[in-house]
This record gives sequence, C-alpha cells and structure tokens, in this order.
Amino acid sequence: MRFSMLPQVFAQLFKKPWTNKFPAKYQPSNTTAYLKAVSEGKAKINPPIKTPPGFRGKIQYDKEKCTGCQLCIKVCPCEAIEFKPEEKKIKIYLARCCFCSQCNDICPVNALSMSDEFLLAGTDPYEKDLIVE
Amino acid sequence: MKQKTTTKTSYHIPIGPIHPALKEPVYFEFEIDGERIVDVDVKLGHVHRGIEWASRKRNPIQILYLAERVCGICSYSHPAAFTLAVEDAAGIEIPERAEYLRVIQGELERICSHTLWAGVAAHEIGFDTVLYFTWEIRERALDLTEYLTGNRVTKAIMTIGGIRRDITKDMLPTVTKHLNYLKDNFEKLRHAFLDDKTVKIRSQNVGILTKEDALKLCAVGPTTRASGVKKDVRVDTSYFAYGDLDVDYMTPDVLTGEINGDVYDRIIVRLLEVKQSIDLIEQCLDKMPSGDIIAEPKPAKLLSQLKKASGEGVGRHEAPRGEVIHYVKLNENEDAPYTWKIRAPTYNNILPWIPMLKGEQIADIPIVAASTDPCMSCTNRVAIVQDNNKYELTKEELHRLSIEKTRRLMKQ
Repeated sequence: MRFSMLPQVFAQLFKKPWTNKFPAKYQPSNTTAYLKAVSEGKAKINPPIKTPPGFRGKIQYDKEKCTGCQLCIKVCPCEAIEFKPEEKKIKIYLARCCFCSQCNDICPVNALSMSDEFLLAGTDPYEKDLIVE
Repeated sequence: MKQKTTTKTSYHIPIGPIHPALKEPVYFEFEIDGERIVDVDVKLGHVHRGIEWASRKRNPIQILYLAERVCGICSYSHPAAFTLAVEDAAGIEIPERAEYLRVIQGELERICSHTLWAGVAAHEIGFDTVLYFTWEIRERALDLTEYLTGNRVTKAIMTIGGIRRDITKDMLPTVTKHLNYLKDNFEKLRHAFLDDKTVKIRSQNVGILTKEDALKLCAVGPTTRASGVKKDVRVDTSYFAYGDLDVDYMTPDVLTGEINGDVYDRIIVRLLEVKQSIDLIEQCLDKMPSGDIIAEPKPAKLLSQLKKASGEGVGRHEAPRGEVIHYVKLNENEDAPYTWKIRAPTYNNILPWIPMLKGEQIADIPIVAASTDPCMSCTNRVAIVQDNNKYELTKEELHRLSIEKTRRLMKQ
C-alpha cells in the first residue's frame, strides 16, 4: 500500500490537537510582559495538565516536626540538603534537588513531603522560591 | 600527446564526536567513493562523564539515582541492573510481588523506548506523519509511567530489596484503560510501518548485518535478534519474574518467515517487542501475588545492612537496547562500593555499524545508524574534505539527502 497513513491524516484533520497549549494558545510576543499581565489579572493563563496522584514536585518541609537527625542528608543523592547546626534544622536547595523523594522515605518523623508544584524554573539558583527552610 | 591521468581517489568524512541533540558522542570516519561508503572507522570514549568515579563518595542508595542518570531513556534499566548487582553482592532476597512489579516497570520502559525509536526512524527517512502518530501513542505510555511512578522520565521507582511503589487495586482500572489504548493502536502502528511502501523501499536490503557478523561482534538486543541470533537476557537467565512468564525470543521470522538482518527486520523486531511487552504487563497483572513490595522498608536499616556486607555481584538486565551489565564490589565498613562498572548495550552495538554501513550510500547513514537505536551523538558536524576544500555537512543537510533519496525511490 502506498499511502497507508492517509486515512489517519484525514481523520486527524477533524480532531482537536493533542497538545495542551500551555501557558497560552499562541506564543506571546513578550513573555515577561505576558506573565506580568497574568499576575495583574489582565490575561488568563491556559492551565497545565493536572499532575497525577503521587507526583513528586517541590518539597514541603515541616520545621516544627524536624528533629535534626540528619538522615535525609545521608541519602540525598545530589547534596541538596544543608544542615544548620545552631538551629538543628535543614535547608533544601531546590536548584540541586532531583525530586527522588528518598528524604521523604527515610524521615523518621515525616517532616518532609512532596507537593504537586512543578513550575520551579528561575534564573538565580539561590532565589527565595528555590530554597526550602 | 599528453596522456591525461585520472586517479580515482576516495575521500574521508569525519562524523562527530560532539553533537548536542544526542546523548553519547562518538567519532566516525567514513571513507567515501562517490556516494558509496568504502570503509568506516570508529573511535569511542569522548563522553567519559566520570559517573563511576562520582559513585566513590556515595552510598548504594544514592548511587541508584546516579545510575538513573546514566541514560535518560533507560532510566529504569540502569538502576535495575545496579540493584541486581548489589542484591547479589549483599545476598538480599526480595519479595515475590516486587519481582512482578519490577517486570511491569521494565516492560513499560521498553514500550516507551521502542515507540520513541520508531518515531525517530520514521523521521530519519522523512516520514514525519508517522513520527507524530507514533509519539501520540508513546504519550499514553508515558502517562501510564507517570501514573505508576510519579514522574515521566526519571522514575525513581527502583530500590535495593524491592520496589518503591505498589500497584493497588483501585489503580487497576486506569492501568487497563491505558493498556487497552496501546493494544488498540498497536495494529495501526504495525500497519503504518510494515505495510507501507515508503518504509519498505528505504529499509529493505539496507544496512544488512549477517548472523555471523552479529555473533562475531557480540551485538545485543533487537539488533542481534533481527539478524536471527537468539539472545535475550529475559529468556537466557530468568531474573525478576521472567521465569514464571511466557516470554520468548523475538526474531523477524515470527512474522515474515525469513531473516534478512536489514533495517526492515530491526523495525519488525522492535514492533513485535512492543506487543510482547504489553502482553507481559497483562500477564504480570494477572499472576501477581499479594504481599510485601520491599524486603527492608526502612532505608536507614538497609544502609547499615549494606555497610556490613562485603562481596561482589553482577547484575544483568535486558534493557530496550540489549543487555546491560553492572558489576559491584562491596567492602565491609565502607559506605561507598569499592568499585562499580557499567557496560551499556550501545557499546556492543557500535561495532556492527561497520559491516552495516559498508557499501551503503551517504543518504543511508541516518537510517542505518538509527536502526541500532544508538544512544549517542552522530551526523552533525560532518566535514567533507574533497579536493582540499573543506565544507561541512550538517545534520540538516544529511537529513535533506535522506528525504531526497526517499522521494527519488518513490518516483521509480
């Protein structure tokens, strides 16, 4: 058969595109201005596809529960966790984190958990949003 | 009368070693006579990232995630082989349910990898409609991966002594829904690849690897099975739960009745393996016993257990590209393993390029190279040296040549 894909292509013409247009239907000419308009409430963002249950996103840290046992530092594969000796608490650098959730597994008091937040891109690895403490 | 002397000289095309779009840089030097490839030379070792060295200050649990980053597509196979090696060295027994869950993850990765490869192969011969069609199907396999493991690519599902996430009863409807979608669309995929004239004229009798060469050069995975060599770690050594499952060697004669060892046969083998993988996942879901999924649920205890262990172990796993081998030696009272050695399947599948490419045309380099599913860099930064004039043949140029050849053959 010469054009075995042709029926599929014609059927596709009448279907909606598979891709979710995130964050906007068309590429904005100025991304910074667009994001500013979104934060001011002037433009609407096209929502991303919902994350499944059990998704490993930004780490949540419950400072009250933490006992400072340092077990999470022992298993972290990318040295993203720093110990603060005077407070006996930890500091997580998300720019280094590989989201394996191994620290969640080892934590004896369940002070760490994974959220579904995944939009974590930034220009500065030490900015406030990328450090959990 | 002055006699004109024409000496026919061949020229050389160096390919590589660095290309940003692909993973492992490798250097090829082609000797070209007109359009024909006369000789090929391979040089390896341009991308020594020091992963094994980086393991020297990490404990086995940390190395799991380092192993996951050896390859983006085989992000399950490397930790799996590493885990098998550590379990072999430390003598850890794993629960039966975990064995089945490990098979499910491994086969899911094979579906993702083979459909990805099929799309890339279609793109290399200029058949982009099939690329988008194949990757739409792959997207569902990735959705299922995300549902089962939490992330799409770096799965972080493997752990020493078991597996990190269970498939519970309430997850089963979603899993079967995705599997049924894959099964329904497999027939369309098979039709698009195996019945199409365009794919046939570009892949039949191109890049032939004979059975003798495949055996001599130790090719692994679908590359060697397409040449008729019955070699598959899943059948040869029954690790995980493969011993209990109905799994057999996939050779192209299952479908066509003959073995040519060309690119078309390699497409057949990979497509049949997608079907085999869907079948294996279903078998696992049926036969899976209930019980624990991990031998030692507390990672802190596991670490102290591994610190006490000493010995050496070898882990073999059939990755989508072939057999991956990890060797680990553990010493007592040391956090990090004494040594860790990886042998990835592409390493074996590079030398078969030489018999495959000899006698082919420049326009066939992309598809023949892609047919072994190489995990490495190629085709960009090609410089042709002809009559002392140097000019570059980029990836786009090679791709254009490949598309032109498809059009030319279609007209005939």
